[in-house]
Amino acid sequence: MLTFDHVFKRYTDTGDILTDVSFHLSEGEMAFLTGHSGAGKSTLLKLVAVIERCSRGQILIDGQNICRMHDRQIPFLRRRLGLIFQDYKLLFNRTVFDNVALPLIVAGVGRHEVARRVRAALDKVGLLAKENKFPLTLSGGEQQRIGIARAVVNKPALILADEPTGNLDSQLSAEIMHLFEQFKQVGVTVLIATHDIELVTKLNHRVLQLDHGAFIKYHL
Amino acid sequence: MKTVRRKPIESPRQVKQSHQKRKTESWLSINLLLHREALSASLRRLLCTPFTSSMAIIVMAIALSLAGSFYVLVNNAQQLVDNLQTGKQFSLFLHEHISDKQAANLAQRIQGYEGVANVVLISKQQALTEFQQYSGFGAALNALESNPLPAVIQVFPTQEITEAYQLTQLLEQTKNEQEVDFAQIDMDWVARLQSIMQIANQLVLFLSGLLAIAVVFITGNTIRLELQTRRDEVVVEKLVGATNIFICLPFLYSGFWFGFIAGCFAWSLITFMLFMLSSPIAQLSMLYQSQFQLHFMNFSESVSLIIGAATLGILGALAIVSHQLKLLKPE
Repeated sequence: MLTFDHVFKRYTDTGDILTDVSFHLSEGEMAFLTGHSGAGKSTLLKLVAVIERCSRGQILIDGQNICRMHDRQIPFLRRRLGLIFQDYKLLFNRTVFDNVALPLIVAGVGRHEVARRVRAALDKVGLLAKENKFPLTLSGGEQQRIGIARAVVNKPALILADEPTGNLDSQLSAEIMHLFEQFKQVGVTVLIATHDIELVTKLNHRVLQLDHGAFIKYHL
Repeated sequence: MKTVRRKPIESPRQVKQSHQKRKTESWLSINLLLHREALSASLRRLLCTPFTSSMAIIVMAIALSLAGSFYVLVNNAQQLVDNLQTGKQFSLFLHEHISDKQAANLAQRIQGYEGVANVVLISKQQALTEFQQYSGFGAALNALESNPLPAVIQVFPTQEITEAYQLTQLLEQTKNEQEVDFAQIDMDWVARLQSIMQIANQLVLFLSGLLAIAVVFITGNTIRLELQTRRDEVVVEKLVGATNIFICLPFLYSGFWFGFIAGCFAWSLITFMLFMLSSPIAQLSMLYQSQFQLHFMNFSESVSLIIGAATLGILGALAIVSHQLKLLKPE
């Protein structure tokens, strides 16, 4: 599903962020990406979503090398990914429904289909009753669940989450992780960047640990 | 034995055709949806910021109506000058002592000349009455003991008289009549007016170009502000897989609406201005005994103004959006 093959990322001003990163995630696998802040977790996720381009090496998604991808193709790749952010990146002037519908509208899905799939996604995260509310009237945990519903509404094969529980307490974090495990069970590949070691050890999934841009541990 | 009824097998060509048809249909429906979304989104945005939008629209409308009214006024003036040129008549002013009867005789004689289509005799009394009526010197004229105005014969040449020298020849011929004091032909100032009109036309073209550029920049700047306030939205749209076209379209439609509404507004301003001018101009043209009528913008001119304005709006939006979108990257 997702393969990193000797990937390097270098910024001209700050130097190497990732050095020689290689790993493989198969379909339906869930993994944690850990490491201290500045270790390159976010950068690694950005490379997958082609928000940044890698300096060397290859990144394959379903066998397609995304490092050589043309700018015009990037939107179509992103439609196959589910992106979740620490700051949720919601649009506060739109309702919960409209926030979740955005990836479908962007992809040109018809109105009825949009309504059906948005409600299915909201049902999944338990927010069906709040579809007409605005994000700011909801709690942090609920806002993150809107973000998750938006990420899965397109039925992506790969979900990337950057510190999804960074702003949540441990109980809410556990709930969010439980959601991710449910997606894994239906065959979605999930990669979660987090520095919450306690949470990672509680759940029994593969861990990719980054230290100053390179893997030091690669364990189950 | 049970027989299974199969669907008739389609030839590969049929399959390919139906596949292609479906593909075109879905492409079309996606694009229609895209435009519908963009159209409604842009209108929503316009109505969300009524103050900023109307400010921009009013400034654009003023620029457009300036260009438009210059054009209309020069067009009208041109028509007036053209009218003057086609009327090649000249006037013969008779000596003061010539009686009305003598004048009538002369008029009849001139009517018989070759190349004369028609003559109009304005007797001394007629001239005085008209002058009193229109000049506003009525009271002053009453104070005079005798009528100081001469009788005038207006000579209208036939269609065959097209060249200036033919007209001059006719003029010389009639001028030699002893009753005629002097003759007046007003061709020189018509020619001068014509070249002034050419200059005015060029000026209007130049000014319209400048004002069109101003409209493009006003739209561009307004769209830039809109883009800045919607920065987060654009970034999120990009993150969930929006193509550049999807992001640009609402802004292009905004540009379209700005231009379109400003164009309509400008049209109304110009029409209002002409409407206000029409009655004083009618009065003026009556004073000159002219058939001149003020021309409003015709249908094709009006449509060109509005479509042109909308195009300028789209251009402004396109310029700024294509430039800013490169700078706008997620994170």
